[in-house]
Amino acid sequence: MSEREVLESLRENARYSAADIARMTDLEEAEVEATIEELEAAGVVRGYQAVVDWDKLADERVRAEVELNVTLDRETGYDDIAERLARFPEVKALRLISGDYDFDMEVEGDSIREVSQFISEKVAPVPEITQTVTHYVMTSYKENGIELGDGEDDDRLSFSP
Amino acid sequence: MSFELSDRVQAVPPSGIRRFFEIADERDEVISLGVGEPDFATPWAARDAAIASLEQGKTSYTANRGKTDLREAIADYVADRFDLGYDPDEEIIVTAGASEAVDLAFRAFVDPGDTVAIAQPSYISYEPGVIFAGGEVLPVPTREEDDFRLTVEGLEEAGADEADVLVLCYPNNPTGAIMPAEDLEPIAEFAREHDLLVLSDEIYAELTYDGEHTSIATFEGMRERTIVFNGFSKAHAMTGLRLGYALGPADAIGAMNKIHQYTMLSAPTTAQYAALEALDSCEDDVQEMVDQYDRRRQFVLSRFREIGMDVFEAKGAFYCFPEVPESFTAEEFAEEVLREQGVAVVPGDVFGTGGEGHLRISYATGLEDLREALNRIEAFVADNA
Repeated sequence: MSEREVLESLRENARYSAADIARMTDLEEAEVEATIEELEAAGVVRGYQAVVDWDKLADERVRAEVELNVTLDRETGYDDIAERLARFPEVKALRLISGDYDFDMEVEGDSIREVSQFISEKVAPVPEITQTVTHYVMTSYKENGIELGDGEDDDRLSFSP
Repeated sequence: MSFELSDRVQAVPPSGIRRFFEIADERDEVISLGVGEPDFATPWAARDAAIASLEQGKTSYTANRGKTDLREAIADYVADRFDLGYDPDEEIIVTAGASEAVDLAFRAFVDPGDTVAIAQPSYISYEPGVIFAGGEVLPVPTREEDDFRLTVEGLEEAGADEADVLVLCYPNNPTGAIMPAEDLEPIAEFAREHDLLVLSDEIYAELTYDGEHTSIATFEGMRERTIVFNGFSKAHAMTGLRLGYALGPADAIGAMNKIHQYTMLSAPTTAQYAALEALDSCEDDVQEMVDQYDRRRQFVLSRFREIGMDVFEAKGAFYCFPEVPESFTAEEFAEEVLREQGVAVVPGDVFGTGGEGHLRISYATGLEDLREALNRIEAFVADNA
């Protein structure tokens, strides 16, 4: 159970210290530290990243969601194609999904040109890929469970009964 | 002309926290732990129901006692959650917040000269409510060594055997104390023995972290002498929608309705639609909020212990009640920590006898702010040790 509690706290905010999590969950600090180490060692926790609202920065990143359709043959499975695509640093997320297409791929670059070039020159030529449909992200409202934008000011009274 | 104020209005002193508002206004970057309301928004399903009711033009008065289906839903809810059986037709009234329900009860059951015993520290509006009704307040202090629970000895010491009405608020604002069944039983016996009417404000009932909430109305012989108050402000995060209710015997609720129908007419209609949906489908949202409050509670209690301030183990509501260091009064501490560190807390004195030397800390604030506020309190204590 402590694993679950620790994971939930880290997912809420990976910058919570072991002491913070211990205070919230009533676990010992050492127990939290050990649990985090175990989760990292077992590959359950794979890394920690900041959730960024790129719209707030002048040097905006260009991001695209790409639908990929593939054909498989005797020698090539989904995992093989995925492995090849996941190596590209431009690919930020790659998921095999059910539905009208096979892979859902998130790509990031400095310009539309860069992203387009990557898809046409690196992704489309992969022999098993039969179709790509690129959707550029126009505005992001929520990332990793965190709402972006300015949010609402807390206009509650500073004191209330 | 100058208005000649009634004696009753003049008898109520100005709010003890007004001065703090002014200081808070002067400062930037104040983190407020002085807020007695959820920082969560009303669950979407309830908001949607309110919006839909407006779109459909459901903006007229409802029955004085509240919409029939809402009263039925309330009856089912209190039966299921708190083992309270009330007839939706005659024993439930829906009000503009639990505050209105409390005021109706004071006006319906307190005559000039009647004595109203109030277990303190407690919510700051009971005392003015009694005074507006013409009654006299008898404070019944509770103490930290008793876990801020009301005891028969405390009632006897205060002379509550002579009182007409007893007001309870558990889980308690501001201490976070709860009254488990074994502690309520002797209080119920005392009320029966001395023929006290009991007004039990159970607005924080859902926010009970250790065990289940017990209502005093469930004890033998208590249903007929108790009015229970509850509402949607706290657990359902609907403070601004102003919707509460009272449960009691038919003649008592009828008397309260008599005042309600000539003053409020009926509780806000839009809010009644939201409340109906809240009871119908927002159980998971409530649980999610309660879980979050519980984590924050543990965080705050643990931090105060680290800071070296004695803190009572709050088990309900969303407050904790630490003791200020000996070199300060509660008011001095609250004022200085606000001026020096920009953290707003409420001195315990404003909640009546028994609150001296304590602060009310609300953890209805996000963890990031709580963490920062407690770091600032720690710095303040270190600087002033």
